[in-house]
Amino acid sequence: MRIAAAFEQAKAEDRAALGIFITAGDPDLETSKEILMGLPHQGVDFVELGMPFSDPMADGPSIQAASLRALKAGTKLRHVLEMAAEFRAAHPNVPLILMGYYNPIYIYGVDRFLDEAVSAGVDGLIMVDLPPEEDEELCLPARQAGLDFIRLITPTTDDARMPVVLANSSGFVYYVSITGITGTRSASADSIADAMARIRSFSALPAVVGFGIKTPEQVREAAMHADGVVVGSAVVDQLAASLDQDGRASASTVSATLALAKALAEGRHRQA
Amino acid sequence: MNDQTAMNSYRNQPDEEGRFGIHGGRFVAETLMPLILNVEKAWKESLTDQAFLDELNYYRKHYIGRPSALYFAERLTAHFGGAKLYMKRDELNHTGAHKINNVLGQALLAKRMGKTKIIAETGAGQHGVASATACALFDMECEVFMGAEDVERQKPNVDRMRLLGAKVHPVTSGTGTLKDAMNEALRYWVSNAESHFYIIGTAAGPHPYPAMVRDFQSIIGIEAREQILEAEGKLPDALVACIGGGSNALGLFHPFLDDESVAIYGVEAAGKGIETGDHAASLTGGVPGVLHGNRTYLLQDEDGQIKDAYSISAGLDYPGIGPEHAWLHETGRVKYVSATDEGALEYFRLCSRLEGIIPALEPSHALAFIGTMIGDMDKDQVVLMNMCGRGDKDLGAVLPILEKQGLL
Ligand SMILES: Cc1ncc(COP(=O)(O)O)c(C=O)c1O
Repeated sequence: MRIAAAFEQAKAEDRAALGIFITAGDPDLETSKEILMGLPHQGVDFVELGMPFSDPMADGPSIQAASLRALKAGTKLRHVLEMAAEFRAAHPNVPLILMGYYNPIYIYGVDRFLDEAVSAGVDGLIMVDLPPEEDEELCLPARQAGLDFIRLITPTTDDARMPVVLANSSGFVYYVSITGITGTRSASADSIADAMARIRSFSALPAVVGFGIKTPEQVREAAMHADGVVVGSAVVDQLAASLDQDGRASASTVSATLALAKALAEGRHRQA
Repeated sequence: MNDQTAMNSYRNQPDEEGRFGIHGGRFVAETLMPLILNVEKAWKESLTDQAFLDELNYYRKHYIGRPSALYFAERLTAHFGGAKLYMKRDELNHTGAHKINNVLGQALLAKRMGKTKIIAETGAGQHGVASATACALFDMECEVFMGAEDVERQKPNVDRMRLLGAKVHPVTSGTGTLKDAMNEALRYWVSNAESHFYIIGTAAGPHPYPAMVRDFQSIIGIEAREQILEAEGKLPDALVACIGGGSNALGLFHPFLDDESVAIYGVEAAGKGIETGDHAASLTGGVPGVLHGNRTYLLQDEDGQIKDAYSISAGLDYPGIGPEHAWLHETGRVKYVSATDEGALEYFRLCSRLEGIIPALEPSHALAFIGTMIGDMDKDQVVLMNMCGRGDKDLGAVLPILEKQGLL
């Protein structure tokens, strides 16, 4: 509900919805909570909260480092769920999506995780290493529990495979705009336009683009074609640049990260 | 295949989804999913393509040097004073280990699929060398990912790969060992999905790799079964092989799985001792989880974060194990045991001195386990171990230790 409402509102305002990714617990729980809480005030429409994992196989160096900082600071899956609940209490209408890898959830216990995620007010899940072939693991139980399961479509997903990937998807469709890991290269506006058109021919869900989008200008370009735009690595890089020599938060960590989120949110509007 | 055969055989796994019981599967990013489906399709087609099989057999014979010998280790047998010890001499293969059996199969498959760029991860460097070798032979580009620590530990192999024309990428993320090399290889594949074929070096990863690698390695057990029947007129009483990801072990074990009289032992690396936590014994010290495309036993903490494995042997230093082993463990068909660094070092030296065979550190673990049990067996019994690699690559790591112990 919250996800659909956020996209409807963006549409009514003739703009794209902006999603920001941060890793929970990066560089420590308190700081990342402060950033998380502040994101909606910068114009961010929905949040993807990364659940740190020791072996983030689809992530580039920036988000790998964020994951390791969070784990080093002692972040556990239960802390992520606690953060989600606090976010929900403060921001009753802003969609919150948990993003990560399956193993920590598998070890936590799928049922227990889903119960607690629903109670915490989480809206959806993005699981990098759970393709439709593994839907019985988490996707179907999550849908049953009332959570959206948001799937990644990539440039390698051809027309024959598209319906397979979309079959149990909900919330929105997340288009990974590059054949690659997070935070490396950027896609061209043309290729994004083509991909959005292709996705819309298969699905009525909002089409969101992410991976490789870094600047307010790139957000604006993508917003011309997409219903939503996600920025992750650039935000994580901004956070990382503000840390002290030992990788700890400095006085500017929260403000610098939120300032970038605010600048990116300007790009949501299709006219400059 | 009907249900009856499915229940009566250990040899018809995995199912259509790539599951060995609850293990295996295809836990990969969407970018890779179409690729592994293509690999599966090409592999299945190759199984009935006589031209492909003829080519594979040609290279097995004339390039690898198969069949490898089955050797009665007379002096070690006398030393132990128990059952007869036979070695399957896969260390005599071209490039010095079993890894080439799998690499040639996958490289020919890549060629069949029209791919000319190869990615490989490597721990001890044996899989990297085998991949670099096949790429030289078939005129392919080769990118090898190797943990930075292993680049140090296994320098001769790094030099071989470079000479063969491969590009070696030292991986510094994590602890810079095999797990991190595999992460990096997967990331590289995600980034170069359309152009590259990923040759996984062990019987792990997303379906179809565990089954495909096992099948390419099964030539070891197929030959060994014939050879031991010829030499002894009966099946062996026990099989023993070391386990990193588990490919040399499955290669030996698989053709014997339905021979009930054959006891089968997989030897994991116990590092400094299981109780110290510094080890690589995923079945003994791990629990099921999901990593690198498959569900299997993993060394991990209570929050599902993967722990670093430790072993003196770079080829065994991996926090997981192939999913078929996880299943064979749960069914009880194969017994999984372990051997420490210390045990492996002792047998590295002993085998060199008594047999004139310098074993790799990996099969030295198998010998170390054999040392604990073979003496109690009857003299007319037979133990067959997989001598899956030779130890030249390990001299840099081992000799300083033996020197310090005054054992040289
Ligand atoms: C000689 C040798 N034996 C064993 C291994 C372990 O791999 P696997 O368990 O797949 O046979 C390696 C890996 O590098 C190796 O080089």
